[in-house]
Amino acid sequence: MTISDALGRVVRSRLFFPLVCLALVLLLNVIVTMSTTGSPGPFFQITLTNGALNGPLITILNRSSELVILAVGMTLVVSCSAGTDISVGAVMALSGAVSIWALGFGQLAQNDYHVKEYVVPYAVGLLVALAVGAVCGAWNGFLVSRLKIQPMVATLILYTGGRGAAKVFADGQIDKVDVANYKWLGNFIQDSQGNNLVPIPTAIFIAAAVVVATALVLRHTALGMNIQSVGINSRASRIVGLKSARIILLAYAFCGVCAAVAGIIATSRIGGIDANNCGKMLELDAILAVALGGNSLAGGKFSLTGSVIGAVTIQALTTVLYSINVSADQLPLYKAIVVVIIVILQSPQLRPLLRRGRDGLKRLLPGDRAAAAA
Amino acid sequence: MSARLDPRPRARPKPRAHPAPGRLGPAAGMWRSLKGRFYGNNFLVLITVVLFVAVYVAGVFIYRDKNFGSLNSFFDMLNSNPGLIVIAAGMTMVLISGGIDISVGAQVAMYCMMFAFFMERRGVGCATMIVVVLLTGLVFGLVQGALVAYFKIQPFIVTLAGMFFARGMTATISPQTIDITNPDFMGLALFKFKFAFGGYTNASGVYQQPFVYLSVVLALAALVLVYAVMTWTKFGRGVYAVGGSEQSARLMGLNVTRTQLFVYTFNGLLTAFGGFLFCLFSTGGAVEKAQGFEMQAIASSVIGGTLLTGGVGNVLGSFVGVLVQTTITKFINFNGTLANGWSSIVLAAIMSFFIILQSVFTYVRGKRR
Repeated sequence: MTISDALGRVVRSRLFFPLVCLALVLLLNVIVTMSTTGSPGPFFQITLTNGALNGPLITILNRSSELVILAVGMTLVVSCSAGTDISVGAVMALSGAVSIWALGFGQLAQNDYHVKEYVVPYAVGLLVALAVGAVCGAWNGFLVSRLKIQPMVATLILYTGGRGAAKVFADGQIDKVDVANYKWLGNFIQDSQGNNLVPIPTAIFIAAAVVVATALVLRHTALGMNIQSVGINSRASRIVGLKSARIILLAYAFCGVCAAVAGIIATSRIGGIDANNCGKMLELDAILAVALGGNSLAGGKFSLTGSVIGAVTIQALTTVLYSINVSADQLPLYKAIVVVIIVILQSPQLRPLLRRGRDGLKRLLPGDRAAAAA
Repeated sequence: MSARLDPRPRARPKPRAHPAPGRLGPAAGMWRSLKGRFYGNNFLVLITVVLFVAVYVAGVFIYRDKNFGSLNSFFDMLNSNPGLIVIAAGMTMVLISGGIDISVGAQVAMYCMMFAFFMERRGVGCATMIVVVLLTGLVFGLVQGALVAYFKIQPFIVTLAGMFFARGMTATISPQTIDITNPDFMGLALFKFKFAFGGYTNASGVYQQPFVYLSVVLALAALVLVYAVMTWTKFGRGVYAVGGSEQSARLMGLNVTRTQLFVYTFNGLLTAFGGFLFCLFSTGGAVEKAQGFEMQAIASSVIGGTLLTGGVGNVLGSFVGVLVQTTITKFINFNGTLANGWSSIVLAAIMSFFIILQSVFTYVRGKRR
């Protein structure tokens, strides 16, 4: 195998484009760090202070964990139904709100919307959140798979109502949880004195666990292939004997559970639920992550790794934009430019244009053509 | 001999020829057309109208002491939603063509900010700004349409990028909240058409005369225009054809690409106009203006009987959809004790009802074929 063959294989790999994007964004980060501090060092620096690892790279990984988890669920949904679940942000808020409502059951209003101590065990609160996510996802899946409603429209219902329901569960307030271990999942696991026991943010572990578990299940069962097969041709899959409807339902339910996990992390991060802002616009970032990962939004084949890379890329982009003093409100402008560039590059309409350009170039370079003829 | 015993076989009555519609008389013809409509696409609109009337009459009875039934209260619903009426009409057109545009809310925010910033901070005239905003909308729609039609990128993704762009651009123009004080603009905003009847006398004995703002009249004019374009022009029928089946439309000789481009361009113009009307109502610019507006517009279309698979829909239905939504909000507000989360929950429930109804409707229609 010659070098050019190897190079060709790398370039044609599904992950090449997502990785190039990530590398570009990281390079941008390095350049910005250099321009402000004079050397690229600080960007890669990881220090251990107060039992916690600090540094831009850790921050990017930590902050991207919710997005990574959402992107995993979204990938499966996109793959099997050729549509997107736009309700994940609302489901995050809803599951977080219901779980805090359960943790402070009946005592929220009298304690000024603070959970002073758990009314039900913490684990029950987490399970409630996961159950809410699963139910929401299953409802979406039911609409899509049984009633054959377009995914975006079906999930529009929860997009509209989910956040409203979250507000009702939170009584329109910002509920806070004052119990110490509630903040572990979104920050660091601590002992009773408030010292960090594990130096790495817990969210990174959770995100990694979700990715690895999903990848293992998809790899070691037929599920991954079934999902792709349903996405490529749902009818043919059904005729072959796959239960297409059930597979789609399962994917949506799983996406709902992923949203719930992300919701648990997000509420734990701030130690409470703000139903208006929890997971706001995150559904769009999740879809963007899937697209950035080289996955076609028209369904079919997917790459989980690609989506994860996409999610981290978005967070890295956010970080670099913040560091050049772009405000949070202006952020979408730059994201939009990135999205447009990516989708134009992915568009099949661009290929013929490029080929024409390349052929023209070849005609201009006679030496190259002679080599090709030989 | 009686006729009964006549051995000859009775002459069969001649089979009646299928009567030409013209010879049937006007009443029967109308009945046939009504029947056709009932089974046809307008069935969904009819249900929406019935729902709206039912909810509204219920409101009139439940809150009769709070003047729910007065003309003022009805006009209030229109006065606070001129932008949504226009944008829901545009959205319906896009949905009929088989696409979607989720950038409208962010676009409205951008146009409001353009009005507020350039009129207040840069001293640009009101008329100039209206033209500039409408042109911006046209270009915005044109770019989105080109990406959808020529590059064959999914409309959801294109308009998602459009949404990000417009929202980010709003913050880039100005991160502050700016109130509009331009006298010309405020003159337009506060211009009222008063009605001589249908008012009520409030608690302190002052007669409240019902009125509609100029913006409502403009919005209804735009609504009628879109309806006319969709119903009676070649372009409008082409949009239905493209939405029904792109493949068939192409085989029929329609220029699908150009139709899609026009749809998004026209919708961009309508969105800019809707943004102008929204700004007349809200008279100010802020980054978080018109949040979730796109979903309200889509919900209006869905409630108004537009199938999101394309090809089926009625622009006037989306207007009824806006009214249904507003009535719900009004209900929640009049009740006073419910948290504001409830209005979106009820809206979601109504949307589920309509979406499931649509699904059943499509299923039944598919069977009949």
